[in-house]
Amino acid sequence: MTKNLRVKTSKFVDETYKISFKFNGTTYYGYKGDTLASALLANNIHLVGRSFKYHRPRGIMTAGSEEPNAIVQLHKNSPRTEPNVRATEVEIYEGLEASSQNCWPSVNFDIGGINNILSPLLPAGFYYKTFMWPASFWEKYEYFIRKSAGLGKSPTMPDPDIYEHKYIHCDVLVIGAGISGIMAAKTAAQNGFKTLLVDEKPYLGGSTIYQNSEHFKINNQISSSWLEKEISEIKKFENLEIKTRTSVAAFHGYNFLLARENLTDHIPLEQRNNKTRQRLLKIRAKKVITATGSLERPLVFDNNDRPGILLSSAVEKYANLFGVACGEKNVLFTNNDSAYETAISLHQKGINIEAIIDNREEIDSKLIKETEKNNIKIYKGYTIVNTYGYKRINKVSIMQISKDGQKVVGSKISITCDCLGISGGWTPAVHLFTQSGGKLKFRDEDQVFIPNIYSSDQISVGSCNGDFTLDEILSNIPNILRNFLKVKKTDYENLEVYSSFNKSKRNIWLLPSDKVIGKTKPFVDYQNDATAKDIKLALREGFRSIEHVKRYTTTGMGTDQGKLGNMHALGIISETAGSKMGELGTTTFRPPYTPLTFGTIVGRNVGEYFDIFRKTPIHSWHVKNKAEFENVGQWKRAWYYPKNGETMHEAVQRESKAARDSAGILDASTLGKIDIQGTDASEFLNRVYTNAWSKLAIGKCRYGLMLNEDGMVYDDGVTTRLGENHYIMTTTTGGAATVLGKLEDYLQTEWPELDVYLTSVTDHYATVSVCGPNSKKIVSQVIPDLDFSDENFPHMSFKNTKIDKIKCRVMRISFTGEHSYEINVQANYGKSVWEKCMEAGKDFNITPYGTETMHLLRAEKGFIIVGQDTDATMTPIDLQMDWIVSKKKYDFIGKRSLYRSDTIREDRKQLVGLLTENPDEVLEEGAQIVADFKKTPVEMLGHVTSSYYSPNLKKSIALGVVRGGKNMIGQKLIIPMENKQINVTVADPVFLDKENKRLNA
Amino acid sequence: MRNKYSLFSLVKNAFSYHENWEKAWKDPEPKKEYDAIIVGGGGHGLATAYYLAKKHDMKNIAVVEKGWIGGGNTGRNTTIIRSNYLWDASAGLYDHALKIWESLSQELNYNVMFSQRGVMNLAHNLQDVRDLKRRTHANRLNGIDAVYLNTEQVKKFCPIINTSPDIRYPVLGGTLQRRAGTARHDAVAWGYARGADEMGVDIIQNCEVKGIKRNGDSVEGIETTKGFIKAKKIGVVAAGHSSVIANMAGLKLPLESKPLQALVSEPVKPIIDTVVMSNAVHAYVSQSDKGELVIGAGTDDYVSYSQKGSHDIVEGTLNAILELYPIFSRMRMLRQWGGIVDICPDASPIISKTSIKGLYFNCGWGTGGFKATPGSGDLFAHTIANDEPHKLNAAFNLNRFVSGDLVDEHGAAAVAH
Amino acid sequence: MFLIECPYCGEREQSEFKAGGEAHIIRPKQPTELSDDQWAEYLFMRKNIKGMQFERWVHTHGCRKWFNVVRDTSNDIIKAVYKMGEKPPTK
Repeated sequence: MTKNLRVKTSKFVDETYKISFKFNGTTYYGYKGDTLASALLANNIHLVGRSFKYHRPRGIMTAGSEEPNAIVQLHKNSPRTEPNVRATEVEIYEGLEASSQNCWPSVNFDIGGINNILSPLLPAGFYYKTFMWPASFWEKYEYFIRKSAGLGKSPTMPDPDIYEHKYIHCDVLVIGAGISGIMAAKTAAQNGFKTLLVDEKPYLGGSTIYQNSEHFKINNQISSSWLEKEISEIKKFENLEIKTRTSVAAFHGYNFLLARENLTDHIPLEQRNNKTRQRLLKIRAKKVITATGSLERPLVFDNNDRPGILLSSAVEKYANLFGVACGEKNVLFTNNDSAYETAISLHQKGINIEAIIDNREEIDSKLIKETEKNNIKIYKGYTIVNTYGYKRINKVSIMQISKDGQKVVGSKISITCDCLGISGGWTPAVHLFTQSGGKLKFRDEDQVFIPNIYSSDQISVGSCNGDFTLDEILSNIPNILRNFLKVKKTDYENLEVYSSFNKSKRNIWLLPSDKVIGKTKPFVDYQNDATAKDIKLALREGFRSIEHVKRYTTTGMGTDQGKLGNMHALGIISETAGSKMGELGTTTFRPPYTPLTFGTIVGRNVGEYFDIFRKTPIHSWHVKNKAEFENVGQWKRAWYYPKNGETMHEAVQRESKAARDSAGILDASTLGKIDIQGTDASEFLNRVYTNAWSKLAIGKCRYGLMLNEDGMVYDDGVTTRLGENHYIMTTTTGGAATVLGKLEDYLQTEWPELDVYLTSVTDHYATVSVCGPNSKKIVSQVIPDLDFSDENFPHMSFKNTKIDKIKCRVMRISFTGEHSYEINVQANYGKSVWEKCMEAGKDFNITPYGTETMHLLRAEKGFIIVGQDTDATMTPIDLQMDWIVSKKKYDFIGKRSLYRSDTIREDRKQLVGLLTENPDEVLEEGAQIVADFKKTPVEMLGHVTSSYYSPNLKKSIALGVVRGGKNMIGQKLIIPMENKQINVTVADPVFLDKENKRLNA
Repeated sequence: MRNKYSLFSLVKNAFSYHENWEKAWKDPEPKKEYDAIIVGGGGHGLATAYYLAKKHDMKNIAVVEKGWIGGGNTGRNTTIIRSNYLWDASAGLYDHALKIWESLSQELNYNVMFSQRGVMNLAHNLQDVRDLKRRTHANRLNGIDAVYLNTEQVKKFCPIINTSPDIRYPVLGGTLQRRAGTARHDAVAWGYARGADEMGVDIIQNCEVKGIKRNGDSVEGIETTKGFIKAKKIGVVAAGHSSVIANMAGLKLPLESKPLQALVSEPVKPIIDTVVMSNAVHAYVSQSDKGELVIGAGTDDYVSYSQKGSHDIVEGTLNAILELYPIFSRMRMLRQWGGIVDICPDASPIISKTSIKGLYFNCGWGTGGFKATPGSGDLFAHTIANDEPHKLNAAFNLNRFVSGDLVDEHGAAAVAH
Repeated sequence: MFLIECPYCGEREQSEFKAGGEAHIIRPKQPTELSDDQWAEYLFMRKNIKGMQFERWVHTHGCRKWFNVVRDTSNDIIKAVYKMGEKPPTK
C-alpha cells in the first residue's frame, strides 16, 4: 500500500534532509519541513484514527490547527508522551513516534467499530434515555462508557520539560502572518510602533506564500513572489519582533492576550533536555490587529467523513507547500471557486483530477475557464449523494440538485477516486475577536459572521474580517490601517491586483440526498460523530437554542471546538427551525483557541516554586538540630525537635516538661508585627481591640482581642506601648497580612481623621522567647546590663536594651504561663541571640521547643489559639473572655454585633475544659461532644478544639466548645467515637496555676 | 407518561429513524396569570416547579427564563455532589438533596448520570486535619457516610495524587464520602423541565424579567419582555442575578455576585476515578464520562456579571493541580469559562420568604449550588406552597443576617470566598 | 484581566489590587443606637449592582492605598477612579 506520492520539489521542504519516523510501529520517511500529516500522505497513508462515538475510520482532513480527525498519541512510552496531538501541526523530527488513538487492537481493526453498526440505537442524547435500570447499575454501565470514551492516554510520569512565562508590552500586536498580517506589521513598524507579529506556523506568509499561479498577481508579480519580498523587508525592522510557532490562545478584555510559543516540539527528544519547551507570552498590547485568516468549510452530505476526504484547500496546500499529492485519482466537490484554485495547482504539478463537482449550475469565472481548458470534467449543478470505501474513499456517487436546492434529481453517476477535496466556502476565524468581547454581524450574501462592534482598541483585517479574495484584501487594507494606526499613508496604496477568483457561492448547509435523512450519516462534527440528523433530532425534541443543540448533540465539543462544523450546525438549525441565521447568534467561542498545555500555563510555578517558603532567621539552626517543621501559612515553623529517635509524642512530652521544670526556648519570629505610630495611636487601638488602651502606660504590654464587624473573634496578640505615640502590635502568624489589611482599610476609609501610620515589621525582627523558672537567670546572662528585678521589669512590661552593641526590645510576656521573656532583635542577629541563649541556658537544660509544645503549654493554661479554638462563630463572650470586652467603650469593631438577638443567647457554644474519666485517654481534636448518644438524631453540643496529654499535670486535658458549657462545669458528657464512647467531665479551661503564680516564679 | 424513555423505546424509534420522538418540553407563550411563577430556569428553578406540581398540586405554574434553560450556573459548574457539611442545618439540607439524587434518574425517567464515585477532601496542614476530623465526626453522627483517611489511604483511593512528604504542602490526610460523586449537569435541567412540562408547567424561555409589580406589601406579578404576567406567588431562583431581581422589588440581599471559573482538559482514557477537592492549595478535579478532566477554579474577589474572570485565577488553580498531579503537566486545557455566583457572607444559601408577601428567594448558593438542586427545589416548593419553610430549610432564612445566627460553612466550600 | 488606574501609582494590572466591595457604605457613627435590622443593613445588605457600581479597591501590591472606582460590572469597563474622600463623579 505504501507509495511515494511526493510529486515535486517544494522550496518549503528540504529533500536533502531525510527524516525517519514511526507511525503505529512502522518506520516511514519524510523530509525536513514536513508535518506528520504531510509525511503520512506522502506515504499514501490516510487512515490515522477512529472517531469518538462510532469508531469510524478517519483520516487527515485539513492542513492546520482546525484538524478534527487526525489526532495521535506521541511517544506513548516516554514521559514526553502527549495525547490528542494534531498530525497536521506536528513537524516531524528524527525519532518521532506517533500512534493512533481510540482504537483497539489497532486502527485497522478496531473492536469499537461495532458502534458504527449499532449507530441506529445511538442517536444524539441516547444515554439520557437509557441505562436507568436497574437503578444501581448506572455505575456498571458507566464503567464501560468511560472506557470507550476519551481519546488518547494521559501521561503517567512526571513531565521532564520546563516551561516559562514572558510578559510583553507592545504598541501593536499583529496576530497572523498571512498577507494581511505582514502588511499590517510592516505598516505599524514603519511608523515607529513597537510591534509584535505572531503566527502559529513555523513559516510566514499564510496561504499566499504558496499561491503560485498566474491567476493571482500583485503589481504584475505572482502573489507569492510579491509577498516574499515584503517578508524579507519586515525582517529588517528593529522595532518589529516576529515570533513563529506562536499561537494566540486567548484574547481577554483590555487587550490582554495569552500566546503559546513553541520552542522544542519540533526537535528530536534527546535534544530537548534543559531547554524550555513552551513559553506562555502574556501580552498587553495598546492596539491589536487580528489577521487570523479564515477556515475552509466542509460540505455536509452522506458519509462525508471517510479517510481520503480532505478540505480542498488542504489538498492544495499539501501539493503546493509540501509537494505531496493526496491521491492519484482526485475528485473535488465545491460550492465556490476555491476548488478551482486547487485544481489548477494540482494540474500544474501533474496530479490527476478525475472530476470537479460543483453544486452551482451557472458559473463563469476565469478560474473555471482555465480549468475547463485543461480538460478537467466539471459536473455543474451536482452534489455528492454518497461515498464508498471503509478505510479509504474509493468512489463517490453524484446526482443533480433541483433548482431550489432541496432535493436531487436525475440519475446517479459514480466516479472512482482515492481522494476527495471538498470546499463549502470560507468562515472568518473570528474566535479571538469574540473572545475579546467583540460582537459579530451576519452577512447574508455569503452566509458568514464578521466582526461588527469592537470592545477594545483593535481591528480585524483580511479574511478574518470577511475579505476573502486577494483583490478585496489588498484594496481594503490600506484604508483600514491608515485609520486604525492613524498614519498618513501605507506602502499599499493603489496596488495593481489581478485575481481570477469569482465570489459566487451556492450555500446549502445540508446537501440533499436521495435517501431519507434517517438512513444517512452527514457529519457536522467529525470528531464527536454528530450528524445533521442528530441536530434535527434535537430540534424535534424541543432543543431550540444553539447552546442546547450543541450540548445535546455534542456538536463543537471536541478538541477542535467546532472550528469546522459549528457554522453548519447553526445553518441546519436555522433552516430546520425556519429562523434567520443572524438572529440565532453563534455559540460562544471560549478560550483557548487551540488547546493549551497545563505546564505552559503554570510556567515555573511548579515544585519548589509552587509557593514561596518563609523561613525565620533562625531556620538553619532548627534544620541543623533536626527539627520537624509545620507549615503555618507560608511559614515553616519548627514543630518539635526529636532526639535520639524519639516519637513526636515523646519529644513533645520532654520539651513540655523541661519548659516548666527549668527552661524552654521558642522561635516566635513568625508572629505578625505591626508598628503603629501617630498622635491617635491609642484611640485607634481603642477602636480595633475589644479592651481599652488609653491608660496603658509607656513600657507596658497588654493582650488584645480583635473582632470582625460581625462580632466574631478574628485575631489576638500582645501590643506594647513603646512611647507616647508608638506601639508595636503582634498578631497571629497566619493572620498578619489580613490584620494589617483590615486595619489599613478602617484607617483610610472609615477614620481618615486619625493620625496613625501602620508599618508591617514582621520580617524586620527575630523573636526569641525564653520561658520557665530559670528563664530570668538565662536571659540576664545574655543581657547582663539590664535590671531583671520584678520591680524594675515586671510581667507585662518591656525594656529597650542592648546585647553587646545590638539594640533589642525585651518583653516580659508569656503564652505558656511561665515566667518568660521575648527578645526582639534585628532579624539578622536573631540566630546569634538564639545561640547566646542556648549557651547561657546550657546549665539549666534549656530545651528548644516547637509549636506543638507551645500549643500544649498554653492549653494547660487555657489560652486560646485563634483558628483552632475559634472558628469564626465564636464571640469573646463565648470564649468566656468577658473580661476583655470593655463595657465603657462607646464602640469598637464588632461591638454592635455582640448584642444581636442570637449573639446574646445564653445557650451558645462556650469554651470549656474537658477532662477524661480515664486520665490516660487523650481525646481526638475535632471529636464531637454529646450528652446522650442514644438519641437519634444525636444532638451535638460541641466539639473538642485542643487536646493533649499534659506531662506536667500527668493527665489528659482538652479544650472544647459546648452549647451552654459555661454553666455545665462538673457535668458529665460523652465523646462518641466510631467504636467507643469516652466519658468526660466539663471543667474550667484553666488547668494549671489558676493563680498565675508561675509568672513570677 | 407520554414517550417514556427506555432501551425499548430507543429500539422502537430506531426503526422510524428517530423521526417520532416528542418534544421534551413545549414552548408555550405565557398565559396572563399563574398561581406561581418561578423566575429562573436553571436546575433549582425547574426542580422547584416540578415539586410544586408534583407534591403540592399546583399545576398552573410558569418558569420564566431570560435565556435558555440550564444555561446559567447549571450548565457551567463542575457537577460535584456531596453532603459532608459541618453544621447540622447544612448536613440536613445537602443530605436531603443527596438522597433525592440517588433515585433521580428513575424519578424523572431521564438519566442524569449520577455517579457515586466518591468525593475526597484533602488536608494539607494540621488545622485542615482538625477541621476535617471535626467534620467527619459530625457527619457520622448526622448519619452521613464520611470517613477520615490517612495519607496512605488517600494514595490508595486515588493513586495519581502526589503524596510525597517533600512537596510544598504535603497531603496529611483527607475525608472520603463514598455516596458523593458527580452528575450530568445539563440532564438535570432537561430532566426536570421534561417532568415539569409533563405535569402542565409552562416553561417560557427567552423571557426576561424587567420588573416586579407590588401592591403594597404583596406581589402582583412580573413585567417581562413578553409582557406582564400576573401571579400571587413569585419564587426567584436567579443565582448570580438574584440581587438584580431583588432590586426590582425594592429589596437588598446579603449577596455579592462574583466570577467563578472552570476549565476542562482534552478528553483522555480514564485516569482519575473519583473527585478530589483540596481547600488549602485550591484544586479540585474529576474526570467526566467523556474523558475530560473537569477542574474548578476559584472566584475573583470583585463583583462582576461579565461571566469572565481573570487569568490569574486559572493559572493559580493549575499551579495547584500540577503540584498535586504532576503527571498532568502535558495535558492541555481545551476550554475555560466563567459563571456568576451569588455569595452569602456565611457561605450558606438563602431559601426564604421575604418582607414582601408572595415573594420568595432561593439564592446565595455561591460555588456549591449544583449538588443541592433536587433538595433545594423540593424545599423551596414547600416554602412557596405553604408560605412557611420546611424544617430542613428553616435555618436558611433571611432573618439570620439580622439575628446573627449564621450558618458559617466557609470551611466546607472548596473555594476561599 | 482589566487594568486599574491607581490614583497614586498609575495604570496597573488588576491582580495588583484587591476589591473591597461597594463604596460609600459609611460605618454608622452610633452603632449602639441602631436596631438589629439597621445594623444588618449596614453589615450585610448590598445593592450588588449589575451596571455602574461605585466600589472600593486597594493597591495591595503597590502603594497600599484605598481608593474608589466606578466600574460597569456587566463588562468590567472602568469609567472613573477617585481618591477616598473625594466626591464621586456624577456623570
